[in-house]
Amino acid sequence: MKNLIDLEKKINSELTTKINKTKIKHNQIYIEIDKEDLIDVLLFVKTNKDAKFRQLIDITVVDYPEELQRFKIVYLLLSHEFNQRMILSYFINEKEVISSITSIFPSANWMEREVFDMYGVNFKDHPDLRRILTDYGFEGHPLRKDFPLTGHIESRYSEEQKKVINEPVKLEQNYRNFDYESPWEGTKYIKEQVNTDDKKN
Amino acid sequence: MTKKIKNLNLNFGPQHPAAHGVLRLILELDGEVVEKADPHIGLLHRGTEKLIENKTYMQAVPYFDRLDYVAPMNQEHAFALAIEKILGIDVPIRAQFIRVMFCEIGRILSHILNVTTQALDVGALTPSLWGFEERETLMTFYERASGSRLHANYFRAGGVHQDLPVGLERDIAKFCETFPKVINDLENLLTDNRIFKQRNVDIGIVTKEDALDYSFSGVMIRGSGVPWDLRKSQPYDCYDQLEFKIPIGKNGDCYDRYLCRIEEMKESVFIIKQCLAKMEKGPIKTFDGKISPPSKKEIKQSMEALIHHFKLFTEGYRVPEDEIYTSVEAPKGEFGVYLISDGSSKPYKCKIRAPGFSHLQSMDYLIKGHMLADVPAVLGSLDIVFGEVDR
Repeated sequence: MKNLIDLEKKINSELTTKINKTKIKHNQIYIEIDKEDLIDVLLFVKTNKDAKFRQLIDITVVDYPEELQRFKIVYLLLSHEFNQRMILSYFINEKEVISSITSIFPSANWMEREVFDMYGVNFKDHPDLRRILTDYGFEGHPLRKDFPLTGHIESRYSEEQKKVINEPVKLEQNYRNFDYESPWEGTKYIKEQVNTDDKKN
Repeated sequence: MTKKIKNLNLNFGPQHPAAHGVLRLILELDGEVVEKADPHIGLLHRGTEKLIENKTYMQAVPYFDRLDYVAPMNQEHAFALAIEKILGIDVPIRAQFIRVMFCEIGRILSHILNVTTQALDVGALTPSLWGFEERETLMTFYERASGSRLHANYFRAGGVHQDLPVGLERDIAKFCETFPKVINDLENLLTDNRIFKQRNVDIGIVTKEDALDYSFSGVMIRGSGVPWDLRKSQPYDCYDQLEFKIPIGKNGDCYDRYLCRIEEMKESVFIIKQCLAKMEKGPIKTFDGKISPPSKKEIKQSMEALIHHFKLFTEGYRVPEDEIYTSVEAPKGEFGVYLISDGSSKPYKCKIRAPGFSHLQSMDYLIKGHMLADVPAVLGSLDIVFGEVDR
C-alpha cells in the first residue's frame, strides 16, 4: 500500500481477529497482537503484495517487572517496496515460551539468541539457542530491570593461582543513584519523612 | 585401502589481525574448504544498553561514540534524532548542515579504514599507509569541532554542542580539494590490481533475495543491486536539500562492495562541499532552555539560565512517554535506535540496532564452500567493527 492509513485498514480487515490494536505515529505503524498469532501475522505482512515487509530489522524485549505480563516482545520490520516501517508487539509472562521465527526470517537467528541471552525469553524450534553476547558460563539475564547495573561477579587475574578468576563484586562504595527530580519537594526520603510528619501532626 | 579423514576444526581468533577486532570464529574445514563457520561474539560486550538505561539522555550520548568507533558521530545522530522526534523540536538549519557534514566525514573515515584494511588483508600494505594519513586529517577536524579525535560527544538533541571554530570550514573545503586525488591513488593501486581482483571478484556473493532475508543494509545490500539508502528513501535532517548519487553494485561480491565504498567516498566529498556552500551563520542548537544548556555568558547574567544549567546537568531534560524507532544510514548500514521513554529524564529502554550484527550473522552462509584464505577477504568486505556488534 502506498500510504500507512490504507495499510492499517487493509491489515485490520484481512486479519480482523488477530489484531488487537493498531496505531500510526511518527510515520510508522504500531501493531499489537496476541502471542499465538505471531506466525500468521508475520507471514501475512511478509508475503502480501500490499505489505511486503521483507526485512526483519530487529527483535527486542521491553521489561516491565511490575506487570503480570512482564515482557513486551517487539519486532521491527521494514518494507523496501513501500518504504514503510512496522513495529509489531505482544506481551508474555516471564515463564512463557514463544515460537521462533527463524523459518520465516533467517536473520532472526542471532536476534533471538540475543533476546534469550539478555532477557531469558525461551524460543520454541530455534535451531541453536545459545548465549551470544555474554561470557561463556555467564549466569543471569543482564537487561532485566532487576539485574543490578554492577552485575554479580567480577573477573581478575590471580597472581597466586596464575589464572583469571571470578569473584563476587566488591565495591569500595556502592553505586549511587541520585534522585534529582523535583528538588523543591526534596528527594524521595525527604518526601517520605515529610509525609510521616504530616500524619503525626 | 581407504583412509577415513575427519574434518578439521580451526579456531580463528579471538586475537587475529585479520579478524578486525575480537572475533572468535570456529571453522570446520574439509581440507582447505570451509564447511561451517560459527562466529563467537561478545568479547567486547560492555552492556551499553544497560548503562544507557541508567543515565540521563545527555549522558547517554558518549556511549554511542563507542559503538562503531570508526565513525562516531553517525551513531550519535540516530540517538539525537530519536529524542528530537519524541520531543518534537526543530533543529536550526546550520546545525543540520554541520551534523550532515560530520556524518559524511564519518563515512569517509569508516570507508577509508575498511577499504585499506581489506586491501591489507589480501596482501597490499601501501593503501593503508596512504589512507591513514587522510584519516588523521579528518580526525583533526573532529578534534577542532568537538575537542576529541574519536569520542566526539558532539551531537545533542536539538543541534550540536558548539559552533565550528574559526577557519575549520576553510580547512575542510581545502581537504575536499585534495582528497579526491588520494582516492584516485588508492584506486590506481587496487581497482585494476590483478592480485586484489583475484582475491575479491566472485568471493562472498550475496544475491538480492538473501540480502533481504539476512537483514543486510548499507553497502552490503547496495552491492547486491538493491537501490536502498536511507539518506534518499527516508531523508533525515537536510539530506533532502542535497544532491548525491547512490552507487549500486551488480554482482554482490567483495569486489563490488569495494567499488561501492570508493564511489560513496567520492559522493561524500561532494556532499561536504554542498554543506559548506549552503551553510550560513546562525544558531547551532535549539533555543528551548529546557533542553539545550545556556551559554556561559548567559549563566553569569541570568538567574533563569543558571537554574536551567543546574537542572540540565543534574536531573537532565525529561522526555514524554513514547516509543519510537529511528534509523540513519551509517557507513556500515542501517543503524537504528529503538527508544522507549517513560516521562523521566532517563530512557526506559534503548535498543541499539547495529548493522554489523546482522552482517556477521551471515558469515556461515557467505563463507560456506570458500577456501580458508577467503575468510579474511569476506570478513573485510563485511565491514565489521566489534564496538557495535557486541555493544
